[in-house]
Amino acid sequence: MGLLAAPAVAGPDSDSLVINGELEMVTETAAPEHLDGAVGDTIYSGWRFRTDETQALQLDDFDNPAMLTVDKAIDYFNTVDGSEGKSCASCHEGPEEFAGLTASLPRVEDGKLVVLEDIINGHRAEVMGAEPWKWSGQDMQGMVALIGLQSRGMPVDVKIDGDAAPFWEQGKEMYYTRYGQLELSCANCHEQNYGNMIRADHLSQGQTNGFPVYRLKQAQLISKHNRFRGCIRDTRAETFAEGSDEFRALELYVASRGNGLSIETPAVRQ
Amino acid sequence: MKKMLVTAGLITAFALPLHAEMVAPTQVAFTDGAVEGSLTGTAGDPAAGRVIMNKGAGNCIACHMVSDLEEFPFHGDVGPSLDGVGDRWTEAELRGIVSNAKEMFPDTVMPSFYRTTDFVRPGNGFTGKAAEGELDPLLTAQQVEDVVSYLLTLKE
Ligand code: HEC
Ligand code: HEC
Ligand code: HEC
Repeated sequence: MGLLAAPAVAGPDSDSLVINGELEMVTETAAPEHLDGAVGDTIYSGWRFRTDETQALQLDDFDNPAMLTVDKAIDYFNTVDGSEGKSCASCHEGPEEFAGLTASLPRVEDGKLVVLEDIINGHRAEVMGAEPWKWSGQDMQGMVALIGLQSRGMPVDVKIDGDAAPFWEQGKEMYYTRYGQLELSCANCHEQNYGNMIRADHLSQGQTNGFPVYRLKQAQLISKHNRFRGCIRDTRAETFAEGSDEFRALELYVASRGNGLSIETPAVRQ
Repeated sequence: MKKMLVTAGLITAFALPLHAEMVAPTQVAFTDGAVEGSLTGTAGDPAAGRVIMNKGAGNCIACHMVSDLEEFPFHGDVGPSLDGVGDRWTEAELRGIVSNAKEMFPDTVMPSFYRTTDFVRPGNGFTGKAAEGELDPLLTAQQVEDVVSYLLTLKE
């Protein structure tokens, strides 16, 4: 079918992702039981749906453009900020301390669903006396990426039962709601049609295991909530705000659809 | 001067009945997913319909492959190829599918192009903000007719 400028691709490719020549990623695995076969037997990382050129940028940290922002976050970690004269390093030995954390977030604390941005801004406001960062700002997402990097290669493993259950249910309901004048749900695109082309875009399963992702088009790190907002806006809908309780719940539900995939933070997208 | 006024009055008089024939989005009558009469009383323009397939709120090739639209890049495959739809469906059926595909294919992912009610959090275009006032349909009645007349040209 030579007439299509887009490559006639169907489904994920069969490439495997080994970072820096040594760290092997699980980019496909058995779908979690709670999905009950809704996406078929297998879940895939978004990396498997990208072109070879985009994929290549994630193979080596020297080529990964997100690492510049991560380096800035390392500098910030050791920089005193706010009225209390403290840095992250005043209380934490280093970001390595947070290995495994990103794989288990969001989680419930004192009845509230908490995501990494909440923890970071909480520390800035409460213990450092610094201004909170904007949700999708590069300082915030750089820190989210630096902490996420400590879990790279670990399987996503969010808890969905117990006190997490009501939040998970809320997120699930959102996932299947057909928003906007185009009446499209997350599932319409990422469950029913992953592997298909929608105009020039090769639809993935909409997994979040690589977030924040560096988007070449925007030349910066993109937060999960920013991606959710964009996807809902594209249905001609009134979207939800970044940092809203709705998006926290959706973040938990979407993360749980990826339970078992490796954390790839920071991933690279076109 | 007097003559000109009379002429203007005549034009209005002629325009009114035409206008009255326009079927509003909330008044479209579906029979088994099909819509019998024209939505406007004015024949569709296939050339104009062809442009809508690629552009604006139509953007049908986001989801459909159409060989005749080869010059436009990036045809999606969320929906079936539309090659030969002019043979597979009648004019009334195509009008129904384009106006509100959910009447023909319940639960389809295809948007309803001539419908204005019962949406969840409808937005103001692609701004992400809430819609203000009444929604416009994605396509006007005449654009639906134009697209239908174009689809009828897609024969094997
Ligand atoms: C004044 C001390 C202090 C400062 C400054 C501080 N933290 Fe913390 N942080 C703590 C303590 C104590 C805990 C453990 C208790 C808790 O989870 O609330 C913690 C927990 C965390 C956790 C959660 C770890 C886990 O596994 O649950 C993260 C992430 C974190 N800090 C990041 C940061 C970052 C990033 C900064 C700088 C922007 C920072 N902290 C500044 C004291 C501090
Ligand atoms: C109209 C189709 C459409 C809808 C509806 C949609 N998305 Fe997407 N989404 C896309 C496209 C296109 C992309 C970019 C290509 C890809 O990764 O699938 C994308 C990307 C994503 C990504 C990034 C995946 C990655 O690996 O980088 C996530 C996460 C995502 N979507 C979540 C959602 C959620 C959650 C919803 C519902 C609130 C949703 N999407 C609704 C089309 C859609
Ligand atoms: C978001 C995706 C999407 C968009 C946009 C879309 N369609 Fe569809 N369309 C579909 C799907 C999916 C089907 C198959 C019906 C079903 O769901 O069973 C379909 C079916 C059809 C059919 C019947 C085809 C056949 O051979 O049975 C026609 C005709 C059609 N669409 C025309 C259009 C036109 C004209 C437009 C633009 C004005 C359009 N579509 C926009 C997804 C879409």
